Amino acid sequence: MGTRNYRRKTSHSEHGPGDGGRTGSWRVERPVLNKSLCIPCKRNTEACFICWLLCPDVVISRTIPPQIDLEYCKGCGICAEECPTKAITMVDEAKFSEDDKDKE
Amino acid sequence: MHIIENGNVAAALGVKLCHANVIAAYPITPQTPLTEKLSEYVEAGEMKAEYIPVESEHSALAVCIAASSAGARSFTATSANGLLYMHEQVQWAAGARLPLVMCVVNRAVGAPWNVWNDQQDSISQRDTGWIQMYCSDHQQIIDSVIKAYWLAEKVSIPIMVCYDGYILSHTYMPFDVPDQEKVDKFLPPFRPDYALNPEDPANLNTVTLPDVRMDVKGELAHGYMEIRYLLHEEMRTSLTAAAEGEKRFADIFGRGGDPYLEPYLCDDAQYVAVGLGSLTYQLRVAVDILRKEGIKVGVVGVRFYRPFPDEAIANALKGKKGVIVYEKALSYGYEGALASDLKSALYEHLSGTGKLPVVQNFIAGIGGRDIRTDDLTQTLRAATKSRVSIQPVWIGLKL
Repeated sequence: MGTRNYRRKTSHSEHGPGDGGRTGSWRVERPVLNKSLCIPCKRNTEACFICWLLCPDVVISRTIPPQIDLEYCKGCGICAEECPTKAITMVDEAKFSEDDKDKE
Repeated sequence: MHIIENGNVAAALGVKLCHANVIAAYPITPQTPLTEKLSEYVEAGEMKAEYIPVESEHSALAVCIAASSAGARSFTATSANGLLYMHEQVQWAAGARLPLVMCVVNRAVGAPWNVWNDQQDSISQRDTGWIQMYCSDHQQIIDSVIKAYWLAEKVSIPIMVCYDGYILSHTYMPFDVPDQEKVDKFLPPFRPDYALNPEDPANLNTVTLPDVRMDVKGELAHGYMEIRYLLHEEMRTSLTAAAEGEKRFADIFGRGGDPYLEPYLCDDAQYVAVGLGSLTYQLRVAVDILRKEGIKVGVVGVRFYRPFPDEAIANALKGKKGVIVYEKALSYGYEGALASDLKSALYEHLSGTGKLPVVQNFIAGIGGRDIRTDDLTQTLRAATKSRVSIQPVWIGLKL
């Protein structure tokens, strides 16, 4: 049940969400996307994706609309800071009910 | 081929024979001629390696860590305060399990400033997770560098090859330079488990949580504690690997034998002097003198200090009346670190057997103070007659 047979002897993480645990539980503020301001949503074309590019945890998809994986989003707010149209805002987690937790 | 050269050249030739790919070093006395010699080899095209001049020892080891992570066989060397300056990276290299080899040309540490020989520098790095080998002559220096690469790459643990500044680094001695073909037969090319690769990116040694975690593939990955435990566990099993390496070396090169200890006239000895490095060869002279007086003494040189060959040491000293540990370093506020470790090994393996020797500790040659053979003979003779002191005794102290 332990890590005796793990394939590495060192700390070695590979690209992808979740290699540091379910970091969504760290979040204090949640990024919320306003599709009416989001460039790819408005133009219905692959464009901008600055949030996808700059998310340090790779939890934003390069899709229309961009999806944010709240299982792993730590709520750092870089996407909201960098979005050129201010389509993403950070909202206090306390504003979401228990049922809403971990849902988009 | 036998040549007459100094200890630093012996080390440089060992590194060259091992085809190190990356060398990064910052010059510090008495290591300087070693790195100068390596830069000459690279400049002259005798060695196909990248020689990276750096602005500090911290950077030297950081370069080697990066190079080794990318799959390059890497080498650095330092002394004294240079080693202390890279201390953070020393710990890092061990935790990252990189098979670096570093020569530590032993020198006293400041303050006060001192460029002469003692072993406080490498002894102070005892608990960093590096294997430490100590050399007593030039043949051991060149051979140890070659053995060190084999062992480091076998167990993924970095190794310090330590030899006394000036006494070995700057003196000339005949030694055999092994044939390249034999070295190539002994030491296969470095094949790391993982080497940095843009096609297969990874994050190495980043924040690792106290507890275990699921990795990106859903497999349970180590926490910090598991990684550190494995370092310790594999340090212990590297004793076995060292014996395998020693045998392999002896088969190919026709010399060597005991990977951990180098005993001299110990079989019938009632008292045994123990030490690290060139001091143990000087102690042989004292032993020869005392033998003529009918005193049954011998010497054990400890070649491997970490992992500590506790069982081999206990076996070698079992039933002796006394063990006298000579050290060029100490753990301030207590005694020599080797004496402490040795007593611990004896207690562990021999307590209750009635074969536990009395252990005495002498501190000698701190900051390059001359160790006269007469000092060794007198102290060794005195220690066979009675217990000189509970506290470690400083030889040649003029207070």
